[in-house]
Amino acid sequence: MSPGLADLRRLDRRWIFLAVGLLVVMPLITGFHIAPVRPSARARGFYDAIERVPPGSTVLVAGDYDPGTIAENYPMHLAATRHLMSRNVKIVAVELYPGGPPLADRVLHLAGEEYHKREGYDYVNLGYKSGNEVVMSQMGSSIPRTFPVDRRNVPVAQLPVMKGVENFSQIALLVSVSAGYPGTKEWVQQVVSRYHVPMVAGVTAVSAPEYYPYLQAGQLQGLLGGMAGAAEYEALVKQPGLAMRGMDAQSLAHVFIALMIILGNLAALPQRRGERK
Amino acid sequence: MRREIPLLISMVTGIFVLVGFFVPHPAIRTLYDDIQQWVIIVVAFTYVLGMANVLRINWTQVSRRERDWPYKIVLIVGVVATMVIGFSEGTHYLDDGSKFSWIYNTFYSAMAATMFSLLAFFIASAAFRAFRVRTVEAFLLAIAAFVLMLGRVPIGSLIHPILPEAADWLMEIPQNAAKRGILMGAALGVMATGFRIILGIERTYGSEGGS
Amino acid sequence: MLFLLLALLFPQRGLAFPLRAVDTPNDGGGRVTLSWQAQPTPPESWQVLRAAPGQPMVPIDTIGGALTTYTDENGLRNGTAYQYRLVALPGAVALASDPSLPAVPGASWFDLTKINVAVVLAVFFALVLYYIGQSERGKVWRFRTIAGLNAIEEAIGRSTEMGKGVLYVPGVQDIDDIQTIASMIILGNVARMTAKYETPLYVPANSPAVYTVADEVVKGAYTDAGRADAYRADQVRYITSEQFAYVAAVNGMMLRERPAANLLLGAFFAESLLLAETGHETGAIQIAGTANVHQLPFFVVACDYTLIGEEYYAASAYLSKDSRLLGSLKASDTIKILLVITILLATLLLTFGYSGLGEFFATQ
Repeated sequence: MSPGLADLRRLDRRWIFLAVGLLVVMPLITGFHIAPVRPSARARGFYDAIERVPPGSTVLVAGDYDPGTIAENYPMHLAATRHLMSRNVKIVAVELYPGGPPLADRVLHLAGEEYHKREGYDYVNLGYKSGNEVVMSQMGSSIPRTFPVDRRNVPVAQLPVMKGVENFSQIALLVSVSAGYPGTKEWVQQVVSRYHVPMVAGVTAVSAPEYYPYLQAGQLQGLLGGMAGAAEYEALVKQPGLAMRGMDAQSLAHVFIALMIILGNLAALPQRRGERK
Repeated sequence: MRREIPLLISMVTGIFVLVGFFVPHPAIRTLYDDIQQWVIIVVAFTYVLGMANVLRINWTQVSRRERDWPYKIVLIVGVVATMVIGFSEGTHYLDDGSKFSWIYNTFYSAMAATMFSLLAFFIASAAFRAFRVRTVEAFLLAIAAFVLMLGRVPIGSLIHPILPEAADWLMEIPQNAAKRGILMGAALGVMATGFRIILGIERTYGSEGGS
Repeated sequence: MLFLLLALLFPQRGLAFPLRAVDTPNDGGGRVTLSWQAQPTPPESWQVLRAAPGQPMVPIDTIGGALTTYTDENGLRNGTAYQYRLVALPGAVALASDPSLPAVPGASWFDLTKINVAVVLAVFFALVLYYIGQSERGKVWRFRTIAGLNAIEEAIGRSTEMGKGVLYVPGVQDIDDIQTIASMIILGNVARMTAKYETPLYVPANSPAVYTVADEVVKGAYTDAGRADAYRADQVRYITSEQFAYVAAVNGMMLRERPAANLLLGAFFAESLLLAETGHETGAIQIAGTANVHQLPFFVVACDYTLIGEEYYAASAYLSKDSRLLGSLKASDTIKILLVITILLATLLLTFGYSGLGEFFATQ
């Protein structure tokens, strides 16, 4: 038996952990860049849909996620908000996850400061409401009746940004940033199918393939899947952020895992030869 | 009788909820919606039992000085402190700046994110330890894994431009087909399990077992 | 307002169009659906007017001009006839629909859009009853061996020989999830085995409802096995409902108690690999089962045996060998064959232009 391969079989997994840790941390600390992010057609669809929204229109942004998926959903949420604000589009934000409002506030305030937008005039966070699909359905009748006050308890009737916004007829685009249920699928079923509002979605990587049929059917104009999708979108809006920095770390980690599969099988070779004998 | 009553309740409510799925008439639907609310209320009461269980078991381990008992004290203090703070803040417990949300963001969110990030390390060690290519199927799985892992990240397009397209094709066609097959089978399993419980054939979940 | 009044009093000929109002079908009542043809030059918006019996038309809503349907669910009473009209807003030329015929909202007793589900359920129910009848008449079927299920008793035996316990993790969903219910059923079978072999059993529950049900199941199983004295109240414990806190606690139990067998049976999400890898480090034999497709790859790689999808739901029938449960398993297999035939037939028919069969089975 080759001594190298025998040692490999006995490799303490903490060396593997150390290698993963270094490979992930190094690009984040040093900022070195491995490969350019090439936007996919799905990310381009997302970008183009926002580009088509006329300045001055109102867009509904549904931030249906909580801190559990912040790594994947937050970068795409922030990039989409920045893109909308850069085009002087008004934003009405809602959340169907109880943990969602503070994250939406963070995104809106951060982007709002960058683009000199004012809460109540250029954007509003209507906050969280329980009820899942029922909330979506009620918004189809009347958004102000469903959310009579915003997250700061200010009556929406007093907010300039909500003037003339009654239901989905006044919404130019629905942007869904979703971690699961309730989320993108429910918005498609309850809103796109009934009110024909254009919609784009940013979802977690593991759930992205579930939404390909909606993309193919035209019910979604664009789709961002996980941090990779968020990075592609950041590349399109030319605002590198958290996702693009993370992609270099993720690239190295993926290559390392592929290498581990090969090494693991090489290390098992002597054992299998022994079994055959 | 002790065995029959729960089975009867399961059967009646199960059949009623099944019928309620098809009948939108308020005569049925009102009670159907109410039953869903009752479930939420019953589950809420079970939290009292659950909390009592947590405190009882951990306090017993502390009093007996069992292994790692100091950590049990940390747990008990954490539970009690969080509950007291949460109750004292009332309906504003999730507002920005509240003590409860500080505890949640500083302790729980950080620790949950840490646990989640362990996955990256465990995936690497599992890939080394357990992903053995011993059969043709395992070989095909390994090839698909390489294509997907490399095609999903920017370095893949640097290695070869076909990798991202191949990764997309794998996810959209073979993966979706296999997943739908598994989901269909699982859905039939769900139907079968539900029917067995409604008909009272499956009794193990209830008290006194099912033999 | 004046313009609207003029439009109502003096609708211009040639700019009126028919408006259809019907009771919204397949609902609980209180809704009327309007539909109309798209106009060559749609207005900016439509004002919807409604008249109750003996009342004048009053505006009830304003909707987008591009729409061609509208559902009124604003305070309608079942059994009362309502009439509707649409008026364009604003417009240089008055554009309004003819008043619709009266529509009477009412509640439906059966949602016809779900008839396809009802048909499949009825066929399945009939098959279950048929095969249970056959099993009670002594018919025996052969089912393929599922290695993971056979390994459960072996794993418990191994734990007994080693003097260690069995850890049973029922997943991270609440009791209303069918996977958790199936897990409770399997737990009953497992608890009977551990009672028989006097093997310690640890069941960490992620929700209080699961804890109460699991506790009753284990207690009942020990009583059934004639070992009520061996049951201990701390075998089943509630940990926490938070996903990663639960995983941390279960990992701690694995590392402290060092069970010889880990049974991970239920609904799992991101924590599946964390549990499986930690369990492997302790040297335990691991049997996992879930219907969450996205976690199956992790279990397949990290566990000794994995029950995939319906194998997991079949576990109670396999473990108990109850003839009626096996009969229901046979019914599942039969309906699966029927569904595969239907899919192939519908695909073939669709290829030749007939979409009826496929459309019958289409859901929302």
